[in-house]
Amino acid sequence: MLIKTENLTRRHVLRGILNGAAVTVSLPILEMFMNDNGTAMAATGEALPARFGTWFWGLGVNHDIFTPKTVGPNYDLPLQMQSLEKVKQHLNVFTNYNVLTDGRPNLCHYTGWVALRCGSAPSGRGQLPGQSLDVAIADAVGSGTRFRSICLTATGAPRDSYSFLSADAVNPPDISAVEFYQKMFGSEFQDPNSPDFKPDPGVMMRRSVLSGVSEQRKQIEATVGAADKVRLDQYYTSIRELENRLELQLKKPPPAPSCKAPPRAPAELPVGVDVELVSLRHRAMTDLLVMALACNQSKVFNMVYSDSASSLTRKGLDKTHHIVTHEEVVDPVKGYQIEASRFVGDSFKELAYFLEKLAGVPEGDGSLLDHCLIYAHSDCQLAKTHSIDGIPMFTAGRLNGAIKTGLHVDGKGEPGTRLGYTLQRLMGLPITSWGQGSMQTSREITEIIA
Amino acid sequence: MKALRTLSSGALIALLALVACSSNGPQKPASSSTSANPSEPSVPPPAATLRLISQSEYANSIAGVFGADITVKIRFAPVNRVDGLLSVGRSSAVLTSGALDPLDASARSIAAQAVDPAHRRFLIPCVPAKIDARDDKCARTFLAKVGRLIYRRPLTSDELTRAVETAGAAVGPSGDFYAGLRYTLSAMLISPEFLFVREMAEPDPGRPGAWRLDGYSKASRLSFLLWDSGPDDELLNAAGRGELHDPRGLKRQVDRMIGSPLYKQGVRAFFADFLVLESFDTLTKDPVIYPAFTLKAVDEAREQILSTVVDHLVDRDGDYRDLFTTRHTFLSSDLAVLYRIPVDIGSQGSVPYEFQEGDPRAGILTQIGFLAQYAHPGRSSSTRRGRGIREVLLCQKVPDPPPNVDFSIIEDPKAHFHTARERLAAHQQNPVCAGCHARTDPIGLGLENFDGAGQYRTRENGAVIDASGKLDGNTFSDGVGLGRAVRESPALKSCIVDRLYAYSVGRKVGPDETALLEYYESVLEQRGFRFEEMLRLMIFDRSFFAIAAPETLAASNNASMEESHHAHQD
Repeated sequence: MLIKTENLTRRHVLRGILNGAAVTVSLPILEMFMNDNGTAMAATGEALPARFGTWFWGLGVNHDIFTPKTVGPNYDLPLQMQSLEKVKQHLNVFTNYNVLTDGRPNLCHYTGWVALRCGSAPSGRGQLPGQSLDVAIADAVGSGTRFRSICLTATGAPRDSYSFLSADAVNPPDISAVEFYQKMFGSEFQDPNSPDFKPDPGVMMRRSVLSGVSEQRKQIEATVGAADKVRLDQYYTSIRELENRLELQLKKPPPAPSCKAPPRAPAELPVGVDVELVSLRHRAMTDLLVMALACNQSKVFNMVYSDSASSLTRKGLDKTHHIVTHEEVVDPVKGYQIEASRFVGDSFKELAYFLEKLAGVPEGDGSLLDHCLIYAHSDCQLAKTHSIDGIPMFTAGRLNGAIKTGLHVDGKGEPGTRLGYTLQRLMGLPITSWGQGSMQTSREITEIIA
Repeated sequence: MKALRTLSSGALIALLALVACSSNGPQKPASSSTSANPSEPSVPPPAATLRLISQSEYANSIAGVFGADITVKIRFAPVNRVDGLLSVGRSSAVLTSGALDPLDASARSIAAQAVDPAHRRFLIPCVPAKIDARDDKCARTFLAKVGRLIYRRPLTSDELTRAVETAGAAVGPSGDFYAGLRYTLSAMLISPEFLFVREMAEPDPGRPGAWRLDGYSKASRLSFLLWDSGPDDELLNAAGRGELHDPRGLKRQVDRMIGSPLYKQGVRAFFADFLVLESFDTLTKDPVIYPAFTLKAVDEAREQILSTVVDHLVDRDGDYRDLFTTRHTFLSSDLAVLYRIPVDIGSQGSVPYEFQEGDPRAGILTQIGFLAQYAHPGRSSSTRRGRGIREVLLCQKVPDPPPNVDFSIIEDPKAHFHTARERLAAHQQNPVCAGCHARTDPIGLGLENFDGAGQYRTRENGAVIDASGKLDGNTFSDGVGLGRAVRESPALKSCIVDRLYAYSVGRKVGPDETALLEYYESVLEQRGFRFEEMLRLMIFDRSFFAIAAPETLAASNNASMEESHHAHQD
């Protein structure tokens, strides 16, 4: 549900809040930190960028050795959380939030992530009953950078993307760090810190030629049925995005002090999902992504570490991570599946790497991570039983001070969409509810809001 | 059990919910395929489609327009597989910004190559009066020629005028006539007129009130089906002259196209889609467990499947069903290692090879490609192989496993299961699992003599492998026998007909077309399931180019009817 706020200035609403007046139309949270021009203001008065990202790993955790025993700040780190110790201060962990299907089947390794990304459980495999929240966020905040959003997958598999407009419009991921380098830092990259800037006449010409592509739009759309017209509309939207990118290239980019474009592409990696190879790919992609963000190439990003029914392998092991979760015997002494848990540990080592890299880039009054809001989650809780109750979720980053970190929040069995809703509100989306059926919510997780 | 044919998705879900995984599975009414004198049913004409072209159609079209030496480096965004085919998924696919990016980069790269000094001599049929100035006449000649091939129809006068103007305007800033052409070409190559195949309907003068595909839409449908590429100059000429509306003219073109070397390209494209061969793009095996399964072997395994298909169906004009029993194939260097067959061949290329009578391999099911495609990275999988046969080759749906599966029986370390059969038998003691596994495993176990990399073996963990089983009443004792049983399966026939028809029309086939598919099957039952026969049967059928009135027209007709209705009420 959208609410219209055009007739209310942000200050107007803020004033209402400050005066204690009854405000029925609440302001998206990010906007509380904004001036009337919509740019976030720090104490120094400098504009702060706000980025949103997702990070996905497959096959969940084991609640018994994952869930901290205490809630709130200073939570303990059970076995499966220990890889995250170094980034704990940047994280919030959300447990005991559920996916409710309203009688639809729990489609293994599918229902969980779909519901947490778009707010509704699918009725069949392959169905996506809405757009993913990163798309809505990119629509709201993604302009002004070369790429409205970035999708990457460390598996190197072209289908591993959890960012989508619909089932027929899944955002394709970059699968190679080399190709991603070319896209971000290749010949079309303009160093924001370069003292010289001269608009490229070739870019001007491309933009002019592209605008011609849309000239016959009405004529073409008049010949197709309603469903195909919608598809063509999306095509023309994509053309328009390309034009916008070219327009940006004709302007001198604002300086980005932390931007230091990598001088060369990383080494090419072979195809494959061996856990060590995936780690190399993930780290190469992360290094480039972090710099792409620092260089203002995009404000929205999606990283897939492993696919939802993780096909990751380990040299010499005859089973994939997925098969291990089903077939490995629970160790009678330790009480959990040792190899399956090792894969979870590998996932969180990579999440820690990802966050440390973001935290390692100084920016303004803090780090790049401080200006991000990252949503990390999986497809299930215990993969062995495909449990969609208590799917583990994290947030990381402080979004320019809009969000607290270092907390463990117990969802008490409430819909997992509460987090997605909170994140969209934090990113400034003027929505008053999110999700469908039992997953619909209009309640933010206030514990994390600063 | 026959293939599930053209049930609406709602009906399918309801049916699957009802039958869940009962070992009988959903039954289809008896087919008319045994009818001695099949008669062609009438089916309502379908709506025109707007289909995104595929990566191979794109690359082949570029080769057709500019020549094969233009480098096309592109990876299309994945589309949904719908009713077993990516080709059907493309009729509802959307080009998001991320999907358009590589197309834009590719368009610019192709355009730059086409006008570079090495190619312009051959591709541009004129030389500008001055290289640093616009020459509208020369630009018009070139753009009309390539534009017609790119758009798969002649450019309208407006389009051509605009293209020439764009090219001319681009000469100014760049000071280069050829740069003007380059910018214009790159725009054409990301135009919806190139990236989407937009079918157009026109009134059928022979049948008042009825509609037909226009000539150029017919040309595209034929060309993408038979060549996996856009129409060539001659086909467009035939379309322009209206010859594709005439049975003799149509036959002339179809004969020519099937006789062309490009026909094999078309056959390969169908089977690459039908057999889900894109999965080879990310197929790897554990290098410790299967050191011989190199990345080169993956490419060679995929190629072996396609070479066998083309050899059998085109060069030998064989029956499709015999693909599952044929002993003819091709071997290449890294594959020979996996097959453990010494062949005298260099590191590149392949040589024909025939498996001898009594060899444990025959037919594409026992090729490394199929065996490795439907297996785990570190071991075989009877369930995946059985599911692959059921879903891909027999068009039968195997439902998802239930979420809460109890693996405690096979997890028990004291059980000491040696073989996949023992493990799966134990797993099937769970009634929740038994229904679906009863449909996949008995077939898949027939291929247990081949490990996860497709290498032959007789034992697993020291125990002799039992690869016996039964499919549709036909028993078998090994992979070759399974191939024979698949060959005899009634669902194999209905499945290839369903998939080929959906592929050829490039859209989802509706429930009201079931009778037509059954008619095709019954005809082929008598004539044999040779691939060319199947194609000709469909192409020359009166339904192939039939099309409904445009939706916009239907809507306006409805609106005017409604207006007239209201007028009467007033």
